[in-house]
Amino acid sequence: MPEAIAYELAKKQKEISVAEFFERNKHILGFGNPTRALITSIKEAVDNALDACEESGILPDIHIEVKNPSEEECIVLVEDNGPGIIKKQIPHIFARLLYGSRFHAIRQSRGQQGIGISAVVLYGQLTTGKHAKITSKIQENQPAVLVELAIDTNKNRGEIQHQEIMHWEKHSGTRIEVCLKADYKRGKRFVYEYLQSTSIVNPHARLTFKEADGTEHVFERTADILPKKSKEIKPHPYGVELGTLIKMSKETNARKLASFLKNEFSSMGDRTANAVCDEAKLDRNLNPADMSREQFLSLHQAFKRVRIMTPPTVCLSPIGETLIRRSLKSETQEISPEFIFTATRPASVYSGNPFQVEVGIVYGGNLPKDKPIKILRFANRIPLLYQQGDCAVTTAIASIDWRRYGLDQPSGTGIPIGPAIFLTHIASTQIPYTSESKEAVADIEEIENEIKLAFREVARKVQMHINKKVRRVKTREKFDLITKILPEIAKKSAHMLNKSVPSLEKVITRIMDVIWIEDIVEYEKVRDKPVQMKLDVTNLSRQSDTKGWIAKSTIMVVNYKSKPQKFNLYALFPKNAVVGEVRPKPSKVTDSYIKWNLESIDPTNKIDIFFELAGLNKGDFDENDLYVQNINPSYVIGADKWEGE
Amino acid sequence: MARDYSGVITKIDSIAAKVYADLEKAEIPALQLSTRTKANIKFDDVLNVWKYGKNKTERSASSLDGAYMLLRTMYLVDFIKDMIKEKRSSTLRETYYISESWNLAKFSSQNESDLLAEDLEVITGCMREDFKLRPEEDGARVIGNLVVEEMTRNNTKKKIHCQDDVGDAGYGIPYKVEKDKLMFKQVDADFIVAIETGGMFDRLVENGFDKDSRAILVHLKGQPARSTRRFIKRLNEEKKLPVLVFTDCDPWSFRIFASIAFGAIKTAHISEYLATPAAQYLGVTPSDIENYKLPTDALTNEDIAALKSELDDPRFQDQFWKHEIKLQLKIGKKSEQQALAKYGLDYVTDTYLPEKLVELGILKK
Repeated sequence: MPEAIAYELAKKQKEISVAEFFERNKHILGFGNPTRALITSIKEAVDNALDACEESGILPDIHIEVKNPSEEECIVLVEDNGPGIIKKQIPHIFARLLYGSRFHAIRQSRGQQGIGISAVVLYGQLTTGKHAKITSKIQENQPAVLVELAIDTNKNRGEIQHQEIMHWEKHSGTRIEVCLKADYKRGKRFVYEYLQSTSIVNPHARLTFKEADGTEHVFERTADILPKKSKEIKPHPYGVELGTLIKMSKETNARKLASFLKNEFSSMGDRTANAVCDEAKLDRNLNPADMSREQFLSLHQAFKRVRIMTPPTVCLSPIGETLIRRSLKSETQEISPEFIFTATRPASVYSGNPFQVEVGIVYGGNLPKDKPIKILRFANRIPLLYQQGDCAVTTAIASIDWRRYGLDQPSGTGIPIGPAIFLTHIASTQIPYTSESKEAVADIEEIENEIKLAFREVARKVQMHINKKVRRVKTREKFDLITKILPEIAKKSAHMLNKSVPSLEKVITRIMDVIWIEDIVEYEKVRDKPVQMKLDVTNLSRQSDTKGWIAKSTIMVVNYKSKPQKFNLYALFPKNAVVGEVRPKPSKVTDSYIKWNLESIDPTNKIDIFFELAGLNKGDFDENDLYVQNINPSYVIGADKWEGE
Repeated sequence: MARDYSGVITKIDSIAAKVYADLEKAEIPALQLSTRTKANIKFDDVLNVWKYGKNKTERSASSLDGAYMLLRTMYLVDFIKDMIKEKRSSTLRETYYISESWNLAKFSSQNESDLLAEDLEVITGCMREDFKLRPEEDGARVIGNLVVEEMTRNNTKKKIHCQDDVGDAGYGIPYKVEKDKLMFKQVDADFIVAIETGGMFDRLVENGFDKDSRAILVHLKGQPARSTRRFIKRLNEEKKLPVLVFTDCDPWSFRIFASIAFGAIKTAHISEYLATPAAQYLGVTPSDIENYKLPTDALTNEDIAALKSELDDPRFQDQFWKHEIKLQLKIGKKSEQQALAKYGLDYVTDTYLPEKLVELGILKK
């Protein structure tokens, strides 16, 4: 009797090595071809460097370099000013796949799968046979250590091939040097683009890139503050898998189901925990350790049927409207765009995972008018460079009718054509990528909707800007009319009839028939701290950096209507700014606007309004956002209708 | 020739007075005039020509363009007043150049100044000549058994026989053809043929059509100038000569006929001076293209649009024109007068014109 086939098969079954795993999956891990491999390698190293610096409260200063390129391979070098890594940990972090501290934490972070930097070391070793060199220094008065690492691909363990102690000028930091198979000639451009994009969403980082021929590019930091640290949160019931739920019940210290729910999950108070137990028809006092699979199943199903508050958003760290705007401005200087608008949506949730969408639009300048707009996609501050067509960001943009915002879009769907750059940043504890290569965001309805809402919000700002411009041009023509032509008509007719020139004031108001609001914003270097003014400020402990620049905004309001006019004026300002001097006396100042109840203005009279803002960088605020109330908004040029807060 | 211009000055001053009064009343200054469009011309039963209807256009200072227009109007009337006072006159082109020194009121093209001069005619009811403005040149020519008496620039009267005293180019119609300038003394002819193109005019002259057929030939030189139209009207009315219009066969030529017989849209305010209601269209008609099998060109998109526009034109609403325009749209072809040369140089004078004149009842069979 022949042996059972299963025995035969068992001879061939064995644990596959990480090398084999890598080889089979290298395309989804981002090493599919020599160009991709180069960018992925740099990307993983830079991500690590940024994370390390941020974790320890250091403003990142990262140097990227490519050396000795040949047709086949090149050396990639990435160096940071982070805290360094103790020698014992170096082999684990750089030479062990699926090893990392962030793997289980629920919070916004760059890496998510932990495949990271060790894949780069492995790729280098597999393609060139050369070992990665890691240099690390952890403290000022200590020497640096240099380690050459090899990966034992059968054991998934790093082996130190060589090590030495050396002197390093740096205070602390880590440096990785890997030789790998890469197409530097074709990849160079993408590396530049990747670093530029990274710099946009990491305004607190300074990046320098030294090309193989010695050319150096510097992406300067535009913010001196580290991003708000995202806090770890417990899993939300909506997002937990059944298996995870059972695993959690095994690890908990809670003895009762209700307290298990309250202690181990976010958004679970007494009432919600009880409601879930009732819905699942389970005793609140059940010991989770004794529960059956069926009981967990009904608990899991009950989660979906009970209204549970959304998870806290402290786990997210969005970049913020002002900083995105500042970064975009700095990176698009050569384009000299006509305007940049940004919007940050409030945090939202999909399947229990908090997320937040931020977008920006750069318009005009030297951008090509006849090409599709450029889309910049980011997830948790990482640029997404490939698979644009498969990404929810692209789908969301394409589903908006952009024609009424001054962009071309045959048939009203698809990527619009025009001189614009669209930026999208999605921050989440769990970015739903379409695949392991982490290049495209999956089409989750909630995320797509938020992207659309965010773009509609900036698009509205764009529309307002355009309307304002068009109306201003029209009204400027009228200024010509009343200041130049009308007096000439009056003079000539008077001359022909031998009469005196008639007074024109009333005719002028009839022709203009508007309230004209004009504003300028100027910047001045700070001398003294501005006197902070607070009439109705809810947040008194607001901290702000008052160094640097003061924005001085002057608003002129002229009544060209034939009757006296009395109304309220609102001036919006960025939330991170501090209000200094305000003239005339405002009736209200909040953390985002100043309100004036203007006195009645007589025909052809004008009022000057002035206010100062501190805590902004030069150019953060270069156009007033003005609104009017208690007046027909169509009378007013230069401000829109106040719709409430 | 001393002429009293006080009436003109009063009318010009009334324009300035209207603007001044508006300003004094704190109203936006504005002038009103008849709308000069196809939609606003109506047949005047008394005058037998097409005149402007009741629609008014306002030139108001409420818009930038309107304000510029008013300023230019002020400068132009002031300039006209000066010319009257100083007994000078200028061509329309000179007026355009004069405006170089008007700063903001400067015209940006001669078309603009020409149109404004017409606007002033419409507003005041005066004629261009009253404003001391005249066209460049005219150049329309006449050959036929006709003696005119012209007041020359030396203030002497000179008689000219339009066959014997002129060369092949004929007698040149001056820009002013009122009675103080020009009189028709002797006429021995049966009808007038007004011809669109110089080539056809010369062909009829060379073939001796004026003599053989007792015709007065007038060269229109495309869209005829005011003086040419006035000349034809006077000859028609004073000497009772039928007028026959002989043009190419395309929508633009039909408009030439309309401006002679009905009155032009742009100058409908003075149609009674310029139009000859008795004028008849001789050809080339779209029917002629078929009947005479003439060489043709295809209609362009502009031609088709112009023909369709003529179908809505109140002046072209009679049976004959509706039929001919629809026929031309149907065959999609156009033809030139000189296409008749297909059958030889004499064909037009020996065959085509006699046949057409019989058809129109001018000649007997």
